[in-house]
Amino acid sequence: MLNALKRILAVTLAVGSLLTMSAPSRAEVHIDITRGRVEPMPIAVPNFAGASPELQQVGRDISDVITKDLERSGLFRPLDQKGFLQALTSMDVQPRFADWRTINAQILVQGVVEALPNGQIRISFRPWDVFSAQEIKPPGGKAYGIDPANWRRVAHIIADEIYTAATGETGYFDTRVVYIAESGPALNRMKRLAIMDQDGANHRYLTDGANLVLTPRFSPTAQEITYLSFFKNTPRVYLFNIDTGRQEVLGDFPGMTYAPRFSPDGNKVIFAAALNGNSDIYEMDLRTRKTTRLTDNPSIDTSPSYSPRGDQITFSSDRGGTQQIYTMNADGSNQQRISFGKGRYGTPVWSPRGDFIAFTLYGTSDGNFYVGVMKPDGSGERRLAQGFDVEAPTWAPNGRVFMYYAQAANGGRARLFSIDLTGYNQREIVTPQDASDPAWSPLIP
Amino acid sequence: MKLRYLSVIAVAVMLAACSTKKTETGGGATPAASPPPAAAPAAPRGPAPDSIEYFNTVVGNMVSFDFDKYDLSASAQAILKGQAAWLNQYPTRTLTVEGHCDERGTREYNLGLGDRRSNSVKQFLIAQGVNAGRVKTISYGKERPLCVSSDEACWSKNRRGSSVVQ
Repeated sequence: MLNALKRILAVTLAVGSLLTMSAPSRAEVHIDITRGRVEPMPIAVPNFAGASPELQQVGRDISDVITKDLERSGLFRPLDQKGFLQALTSMDVQPRFADWRTINAQILVQGVVEALPNGQIRISFRPWDVFSAQEIKPPGGKAYGIDPANWRRVAHIIADEIYTAATGETGYFDTRVVYIAESGPALNRMKRLAIMDQDGANHRYLTDGANLVLTPRFSPTAQEITYLSFFKNTPRVYLFNIDTGRQEVLGDFPGMTYAPRFSPDGNKVIFAAALNGNSDIYEMDLRTRKTTRLTDNPSIDTSPSYSPRGDQITFSSDRGGTQQIYTMNADGSNQQRISFGKGRYGTPVWSPRGDFIAFTLYGTSDGNFYVGVMKPDGSGERRLAQGFDVEAPTWAPNGRVFMYYAQAANGGRARLFSIDLTGYNQREIVTPQDASDPAWSPLIP
Repeated sequence: MKLRYLSVIAVAVMLAACSTKKTETGGGATPAASPPPAAAPAAPRGPAPDSIEYFNTVVGNMVSFDFDKYDLSASAQAILKGQAAWLNQYPTRTLTVEGHCDERGTREYNLGLGDRRSNSVKQFLIAQGVNAGRVKTISYGKERPLCVSSDEACWSKNRRGSSVVQ
């Protein structure tokens, strides 16, 4: 936590001093996202310029994706393009900062789309601090030469750059979400693996619904998903290759294997295996296929999740009478209970920053479910969202936002939501059908 | 219209009677209380004692559990004793015990709890003399409810061990 704060501070200082040198009184392009509620920063994202109608269309699309990413983060307030006083028709046009100050823009994003001789396009952008009339880092902006089909991904990357420039934190827009798409009657639900960009674009189904599937999770390093499938009425952990569509059962166990997650280096999968009614935590090394049993307790030990350095594991267990959250070393030693609140605690997920463990809480006196966070030692518990059934938090790669699903009562709708660690900025992630068990990918490599 | 519907039922009953007979002779078993073979299809009786329908409706294919529990109540044990007796009488039959939970738990924990419940049933049947190899288990957690009302009446129905005869 301290290191993280130091890093934010260091970046803040770096950006601040850069701006201070040129404009002593105007060094305010910084959003502190550790505070509770922040006033969203006004930002102007004009359409990226282009020399032909086709390029201009791409430019409009890019501006639109960037604008929506930044708006959804809750940290930016994109300004209505109708109010813009200057048309930025190329990267050579110098912004008239007085015009942008008039509409109270604090950041201006200037960009252009150009055709390259090889059929590719080149997308360039330059973020400006309007009040100091200076470029925000990276000085000179950035450019991406890409296949025209990939414009959307570059728009997310640019949104991440702007997020980083303003907050000092890594962004999370160039990411995807895998989840369980639900359809059909409540008593006979069809559940399919589905994948989409974090903003809902490029949605597609990965399985056909013939088998019940649950709890998909991304590999941190490869285009791979681990999940639970009831193929042949035999619930087992599987690997799914997103590129090839190849599926592979993980290991040969006599009973159910479930609740899988990858290790941070992608070399291992940790999961629960049930035998004669007793669930324990196991890990499998994907290179050697060697399985190691990590817990041995006559209770339901499940929902394991590695710390970001891979040296510790959090999991849930009802060994103390009701389901609670525990931590242990990665070799299974030093098992300790960390949750002591009223109710039952499950689905612990270690933040990619290491500073928090997200959880689901239920069985409280009001009958609601909660999703929240606590520090790895169990202190500092905060509930961030509640509902009839909210569960299964999954972290954005920067550890500042998480997603979860909410199932309404009486077999009502199941939907995905995101919320900031601060407890603000709850947003629905709109999906074509009902949705549960979201898993947020790392930043796409 | 109505007449046609009735005649469809009559055909169905006749077919059911035929298939029941076939199972009896084909299985080689000679149940003590087999129904009179010459029964007229127009006067339907209860299901044949070795049939899945008999198991489901007469023996009882379902036991209930308390919230977050997997121990077997006296009434559950009575039902399971009947299941064991039936399985012991019809040794070619096999069983899959499904463990189910209500919606008041996380998906992953409920998979573990459903596994516990199905194994609770299985162990009881084994203790009653049923060969372990004849009883499979599967947990569906909270994924296969019988009802979707969010109240105790429905939740108690969903917290179940369901014995599916093959």
